[in-house]
Amino acid sequence: MSIQKNSDTSEKAEQSAEKREYSVGEILKQRGVSRRDFLKFCTAMTAAMSLPASFAPSVAQALDEVKRPTLVWLNFQDCTGDTEALLRASNPTVGEIILDILSVDYHETIMAAAGHQADEALENTITKYKGKYLCVVEGSISMKDGGVYGCTSGKTHLEIARRVCGSALATIAIGTCAAYGGIAAAVPNPTGAVGVKDAVPGATVINLPGCPCNADNLTATVVHYLVFGKIPAMDSKGRPLFAYGKRIHDNCERRPHFDAGQYVEHWGDDAHRKGFCLYKMGCKGPATFHNCPTQRYNEKTSWPVASGHGCAGCSEPQFWDTMSPLYRRLPNVPGFGIEATADKIGLGLVAGAGAAFAVHGALNALRKDKEPEETKEG
Amino acid sequence: MSESCKFKCYIWELPVRWSHWVNVLSISILALTGFFIGNPVSFGSSASDFTMGWIRFVHFTAAYAFAVSVLSRIIWSLIGNKYAGWKEFFPLLTAPGRERTIKMLRYYMFVDKEVPETVGHNPLATSAYFALFLLYILMILTGFSLYAEHAPGGIMHKSLGFMYSLFSNQGMRLAHHASMWMIFGFIINHIYSAWLMDIKEHGSEISSMFSGYKFTVKKEK
Repeated sequence: MSIQKNSDTSEKAEQSAEKREYSVGEILKQRGVSRRDFLKFCTAMTAAMSLPASFAPSVAQALDEVKRPTLVWLNFQDCTGDTEALLRASNPTVGEIILDILSVDYHETIMAAAGHQADEALENTITKYKGKYLCVVEGSISMKDGGVYGCTSGKTHLEIARRVCGSALATIAIGTCAAYGGIAAAVPNPTGAVGVKDAVPGATVINLPGCPCNADNLTATVVHYLVFGKIPAMDSKGRPLFAYGKRIHDNCERRPHFDAGQYVEHWGDDAHRKGFCLYKMGCKGPATFHNCPTQRYNEKTSWPVASGHGCAGCSEPQFWDTMSPLYRRLPNVPGFGIEATADKIGLGLVAGAGAAFAVHGALNALRKDKEPEETKEG
Repeated sequence: MSESCKFKCYIWELPVRWSHWVNVLSISILALTGFFIGNPVSFGSSASDFTMGWIRFVHFTAAYAFAVSVLSRIIWSLIGNKYAGWKEFFPLLTAPGRERTIKMLRYYMFVDKEVPETVGHNPLATSAYFALFLLYILMILTGFSLYAEHAPGGIMHKSLGFMYSLFSNQGMRLAHHASMWMIFGFIINHIYSAWLMDIKEHGSEISSMFSGYKFTVKKEK
């Protein structure tokens, strides 16, 4: 990993500046990554970016020649789950290559520097590479009371985000917290937490929501930038289309069971053991856009639905509030008790209307109306 | 004016009657299939079955029929006769309309004994129909927004873009579901009132929706 371990001496700083002149291809060679592994990586990234296989040579060529970009990684109100997702990739090729091709100048979790040294590293990077560095933000930003509920080295996260994201080439909001506020922004949101785009509206933000974000999607986003020199096409929620352009339900491996009408009715029943559709168990796949079914997690090992648990909808804005209850199809109706479902209320409404009109009808049957003059017989 | 007979009046034109019965049929189909979509039964015996697929296909086809019917009725309210016109749906906006509404309300609440004579729509009913049409529009918009998600970036998904910022995805489902129950509540009211007025007014309220003719005391000018 190429984290700037010391920034106190100018010599070291110069050295790292020199290092940046190498192309990604050269650095990988230095690191002992074989050409074969490199091409395999390029093919995997081409697939992750939803590009046809014929693009793989172009990706390889671009990565061979491109200079590695500078990246700073900011942790705000988070659980560091996205860092974990990236670092714990068991197979080293993908996870390590991404860190190798990037010059990560600041990352609180993995950098050796601490305290003022760390602050200085960040300061140096953002002044030296103003408008040229990439910024990754993990965690939501507290806005309430001037942002005092989230501080790093005496500065509020809001202040840091405005400064660092504001002068970055682009900011990647990794994970649902950084993208949309996540769990910290769930009702009642005591700290006034928001995502990066809401905190710094002027910044160029790429949202990579997910709890955690799929590390492959982060790698693909960076590779997309390296290969094409621009940020990927995004949807209305600021998410790259290559990763969030399709609904989970439409790519799900259990979809044939949905169409056939084969559903898990209870946890652990026969249908559950046979791997039937989890729709009735509250799976939010029909409401969620993400590439989990095709990209999967942990080196394509598995993903929630494959392991027998419904989708929680973690890559959608405000999923904590809008996707709950997780094990029911429909949300609870606001203003009615927790257990009151829409159907119970609807049935009550219809029964009430029926009863009211039955009474009205009975009263009408009993009453003697004055007939209109003209219709009287004779 | 005759003292002993009623006049036969052509009230409901063909598009009005067609729209009404297409709505009846499509809402029945949509409600039934919608129940299964919301809370499916494990009909499938093998993964090669397509039970839910067919149920959804019927639901979406009926949805298109319903949307076309509602849209046609809205257009007809601009070009049809005065009984079909949009002004009928806002009786509370005019003084005579308010008077008729109050009279009808008094009859319904057992205050007055005389059945108010209505030639076209019952003013209480049209006020309810306005709310019903808003529900229809909500149903159509939420329904097609959920449907369009199978092809993100498509024409339908793009043109319904505002819906996705107004509603969360699950909120859309809840609204779609709850609106159906409200339409059910309306249907009970509607069938009861049509039956009541058919009996009380002697104007052929119910058969007028098939034939188009009502019988009225006043001759149409």
